[in-house]
Amino acid sequence: MAAYKPVVVQACPKLGERITQDTLYWRGYKTPVQIKEFGAINKIDFSPVPPYNYAVTASSRIHIYGRYSQEPIKTFSRFRDAAYCATYRDDGRLLVAGSEDGSICLFDVSGKAPLRQFEGHTKPVHLVGFLSDKYRVFSGGDDYSSNLWDIPSATEIISYSEHTDYVRCGCASKVNADVFITGSYDHTAKLFDARTKSSVMTIEHGHPVESVLLFPSGGLLVSAGGRYVKVWDVLKGGQLLVSLKNHHKTVTCLCLNSSGQRLLSGSLDRQVKIYSTTSYKVVHSFNYATSILSLALSPEDETIVVGMTNGVLNVKHRKPEEKIENSQKKRQPAYRTYVKGRTYMPKQEDFCVSKPVKRVLRKYDKLLRSFQSSKALDAVMEPPIMLHTPEVTVAVMQELHRRGTLRSALAGRDEKQVNLLLTFVARRVIEPRFTPVLVTVADMITDIYQPVVGQSAVVDKQFLKLQQAIGKEIDYQEELLEVLGMMDTLFATFTKKRDTCLEDNKSNGVTEIIETNRNY
Amino acid sequence: ANSVVSPCRYLLYVSGDFVKVYSVNTEETLRLIGGHADLVTGIQLNPHNHMQLYSCSLDGTIKLWDFMDGIPIKTFTVGTKLLALYTLASAEDSVFVVIPKKGERDTFQLVSVKLTKGVGQDLEGKELSVVLDGVGSSMKHIAFGREGAYVVSVKDVNLQVYFFKRKLLNRFSLSTVKTKGGDNRFSCVVCHPKEDCIATGHADGKIRLWRNFHHKKEYTYSTLHWHHDIVMDLAFTMEGTRLLSGGVESVLVQWHNESSCQKDFLPRLGSPIEYISMASDGVLCCTLHTDNRISIINSNLRFSRSIQGLIKSRDVKTGLVVDPRTKALVLNGEPGHLQFYSLQSDQQLFSLDIVQRQYIHQAGLKQSDLVKVAFSARGTWLATVEESEEVTDPELQLKLWLYNEEIQSFELNTRINTPHDNHITDMCFRDMDELGDDSLILVTTGRDCVFKVWVMVEDTDPEAQQSVSWSCDFVGSYHNYQATNCCFSEDGSLLAVSFEETVTVWDSLTWDLKCTFCHPPGNIRNICFGRLTCSKYLIGATDYGFLCCWNLLTCALEWSAHLNVVVLQPDPLSEHIAAVSWLSKESSLFVFKPNEPWPIYIQRNLCKEKILLAAFVPRDEPEIASSGKYLWLRKSQLFFLTDTQELMTLSTTSLEERLTPSSKQLAVEESLPVTPFSLLLGKHRRQQAQEDTDPGKLVVHNKQEQASPAVKELLHTPAHVLPSASFLCTIFINSLLISKENKSAEEVADEVEMESEKAEDDSDEEDVTAMEQEDTSHMELLGEMTCNLSKSQEKELRKIRKMDYSWISAL
Repeated sequence: MAAYKPVVVQACPKLGERITQDTLYWRGYKTPVQIKEFGAINKIDFSPVPPYNYAVTASSRIHIYGRYSQEPIKTFSRFRDAAYCATYRDDGRLLVAGSEDGSICLFDVSGKAPLRQFEGHTKPVHLVGFLSDKYRVFSGGDDYSSNLWDIPSATEIISYSEHTDYVRCGCASKVNADVFITGSYDHTAKLFDARTKSSVMTIEHGHPVESVLLFPSGGLLVSAGGRYVKVWDVLKGGQLLVSLKNHHKTVTCLCLNSSGQRLLSGSLDRQVKIYSTTSYKVVHSFNYATSILSLALSPEDETIVVGMTNGVLNVKHRKPEEKIENSQKKRQPAYRTYVKGRTYMPKQEDFCVSKPVKRVLRKYDKLLRSFQSSKALDAVMEPPIMLHTPEVTVAVMQELHRRGTLRSALAGRDEKQVNLLLTFVARRVIEPRFTPVLVTVADMITDIYQPVVGQSAVVDKQFLKLQQAIGKEIDYQEELLEVLGMMDTLFATFTKKRDTCLEDNKSNGVTEIIETNRNY
Repeated sequence: ANSVVSPCRYLLYVSGDFVKVYSVNTEETLRLIGGHADLVTGIQLNPHNHMQLYSCSLDGTIKLWDFMDGIPIKTFTVGTKLLALYTLASAEDSVFVVIPKKGERDTFQLVSVKLTKGVGQDLEGKELSVVLDGVGSSMKHIAFGREGAYVVSVKDVNLQVYFFKRKLLNRFSLSTVKTKGGDNRFSCVVCHPKEDCIATGHADGKIRLWRNFHHKKEYTYSTLHWHHDIVMDLAFTMEGTRLLSGGVESVLVQWHNESSCQKDFLPRLGSPIEYISMASDGVLCCTLHTDNRISIINSNLRFSRSIQGLIKSRDVKTGLVVDPRTKALVLNGEPGHLQFYSLQSDQQLFSLDIVQRQYIHQAGLKQSDLVKVAFSARGTWLATVEESEEVTDPELQLKLWLYNEEIQSFELNTRINTPHDNHITDMCFRDMDELGDDSLILVTTGRDCVFKVWVMVEDTDPEAQQSVSWSCDFVGSYHNYQATNCCFSEDGSLLAVSFEETVTVWDSLTWDLKCTFCHPPGNIRNICFGRLTCSKYLIGATDYGFLCCWNLLTCALEWSAHLNVVVLQPDPLSEHIAAVSWLSKESSLFVFKPNEPWPIYIQRNLCKEKILLAAFVPRDEPEIASSGKYLWLRKSQLFFLTDTQELMTLSTTSLEERLTPSSKQLAVEESLPVTPFSLLLGKHRRQQAQEDTDPGKLVVHNKQEQASPAVKELLHTPAHVLPSASFLCTIFINSLLISKENKSAEEVADEVEMESEKAEDDSDEEDVTAMEQEDTSHMELLGEMTCNLSKSQEKELRKIRKMDYSWISAL
């Protein structure tokens, strides 16, 4: 004798994006704050010391924002023309910036007027930065040269003119105070040592280099240019480790997260991709409204700041971590209640009376077992079930349909329940896994409640909604079919070509065999 | 078939021409009582001797049996067809049977047959006296009242009661006007064992309890109504306090009291209840179901156990498939289930729930059922296809099951909803033994004009619950024709798919179309590849009546024959292919090898029914003694299923030869003492006695000689009939002790004898050798001489019997 078999609820695997630890982590940001700047934002840099203010370079100004402020807490606007690449020193007290007229300005974060001005570049300077000994500044300009400056004396220490195009990006090694790298539009990145007269290493990126990045260990170099992000092993003499092609427009900026485990790249295709630095696979990506020029991540990944070409600064703050609910649990029976009698070994003369295992059935199953169709449908029309587990509702509807009692279960309901049913159907009927069942349900509902249409405004509204949803879906399907047709034509042309190729190959193979035979 | 439970815990039931004796305690079929030449229609215990059984059959005889020993005591020849049998305690020398009325069709009468007390086995039972005229033909339409005072018969809407003493016939009839609930025709009748009360079941699901039917006018009846469809059978308990009823709902209903509507239910018995039978001591009740099953139910309405034969399902859509693991025949069982039927033991091994939905017995419901089944070569994977009965838009599911060694059953691995847009026509696995299961490929063909290739995908995600799942790898089609059959070649390199008139051959590595064959006109009905030495041939049968053989190397038609092939079945172990044709209302069997255009075996007029399915079941060990004609049956046995749901096989030996081993075994069982327990006890005591009287060599001999069968008995006896382990322990330990003596020839001989007796399919030669050994060995030991001599004599007698048989068969 068989026991009652509960209704099988078809679990559907979630298609599309898989939920991983990474997606959960990177989704944990609040809705972004948008701040309008005066021009395209070419650089964002976080102060390395608390309270982690960040400097935003846009047009002829440098704004400094606090962590949660929407207004700049400080502005440097002493530039005649566009300013570039405002960068903090390691202690967060000095700021250096290049400018369109070729001069480099050094500011005290608390002051207003520049402390030093380095003159020497003849063309705009897009790259400035501090070496890790804090007393020297390196720069790269559109005059193809990369220079090194001494802060105390405000003089040029050395000038390298090895690049053959604009120098637009660079970074300094954190390990060695003499080493810095510049990337140029001549498709190369060059590694310079301040102690030598010429570059130490040249890396061929293959595209104009838009951004370079050294790992904190100094062993790996990341370069971005064109649609590619490439990772090089510096210690092995600049060997290419991996080439990533995940963007479909030029990659403009790179950034590492605070732990160094993830690499972020922003691109003109309006996407920020996050790679794992162990597998170099994309683990997550963000979409933005416009093309991205600059990108920065605050220490501890608290804030992601993205600068766009249209001058919008997009700031995302991390949600505060949810407090673990330590609400008082319901008092459960003591442990000894569970173990009581479990260890008892029956003696030889004892009779063992086995207690039948109690099967727990869901409410709708109990009702279905006793053939109460209407009540079973009521049981799965409760809002929590309908909202969170629509598959249960649909499974019960299907079971009722199989038993031939769906019509009677749907009939005889009041306005509120019909409204609830129609809301559910209109919302879920376009989901492919529910469509076959819900179409019949919708048919039946319209059949049953046709005579009373017009008596209730709420229900009529829901009927219209259902109609809209179905109309939309039909349009959508038509479009899809059109695309399919286009693709079919494309595929057809492809396969034809391949066929002819194959035939050629075949004939070649035959002739070869004949030839070999002759040789024998 | 009906059943009777005898008080000493035996269940007797009718199965075709035989009556089977089943022990309720040991759950084993003890005996097969056979002797009737046609279907047995009724069995009843002899009311005066509970160890005797009356049976009647369509061949016109009533037989009295001693069912404990399976011996026929008397045979009464009546001469006409007997349709039902009743016995009465008050009528000492007569039984009641239902026979067709002479001269009139479809009218039956209840007659009493006087059983003459003559000497000898075969007697005439010609003294008939008509009791009632115009009765129903079914056993359920007549019932005898309290202490045999009256007899009740129902037919259509009429109820007749005949009182024996008063010779009075009362007729009652219900109104023929069809009520809202349907027709109120009688379906069955039973009488209260203690009171004057008749319970009748009706086609509209009502049960009526009649009282005061002594009077023509003042009779009363009360109605009980729960069943929604016809009441198939009713039964009163021994004291008449409760009434049991059953119907198509497959729910056994127990009515406590007619006034209050208190009732108990035993739901979900599996399939519609056809008969209900109470044991004469009232402890057990059993229900017979339409799917060839008997359920035994305790008096407190608890399901106890069931006896399950081959389930007859309405339509075997899955075909006959052989499970490579158990060698069991796999086909549709209960609705939504797959039955694994063991051919050796005629038992259902287990039933696998595929659809996993509550089955509701209601007319007009579209049930989903199993339509295709395929096993992988080693039996680790099982693929099933289920579809609902809708014609246009079937709800399809493809399920893949993995065999779990731990739970010894199949577990659902992957479920694919709507694998095809239309009905699936065929399905096969790529059988590659040497490559293991990693390279498994499943191919399904559908009426939506495509075939799909499904492959196993390993899930790399460690968090996933299962490591493998299945997904679609390739979809192939050919000119938008419906795909009808698919088949892999033996090495798995080629796939043949038939599309209506054309057979296409595909490379299973690249899924390129290699070549096409066709033999117009006529669609392809079956295809299969040749095996072993004939693997270069592809055989196809068209529905235009042609059997074609194509050579795959030359891509040309090798030969073709004009034959209307219904079933084409290759033998998995040899290159033979069996083709069953259907022409002018008879089925014929042709067995051929693909490399020769002429058949090696023809059996015309195999049976009158249309054969729908066939399967080769590998034999456990190849048959040695098969003559040249049946050489192709050496490695496997061929089974057929006809459209009347009968399972048939082609046997190399004649019927007599096959029956001898079983009768031989029966004889062995007869010679054994009643229970293995007493056997053991007896031996134990005898041993002790011998140990007491004469110590020394002889004792050691004896002990060893008897120990090994003792252990055998110990191991082969059901646990619940054995004495306690502490008692058996000493015997067992003793039997394991190694004696100082070498194994004597005597002991070896004894073992051989045991085996030869146990084995069913022993040839005569082996028996002779065993006997010779026995004879020589007995010279050494005189003590046991007398006993053994009688045994050998018995053997010789049996041998003579056997020789007689062969002589007859030769004639």
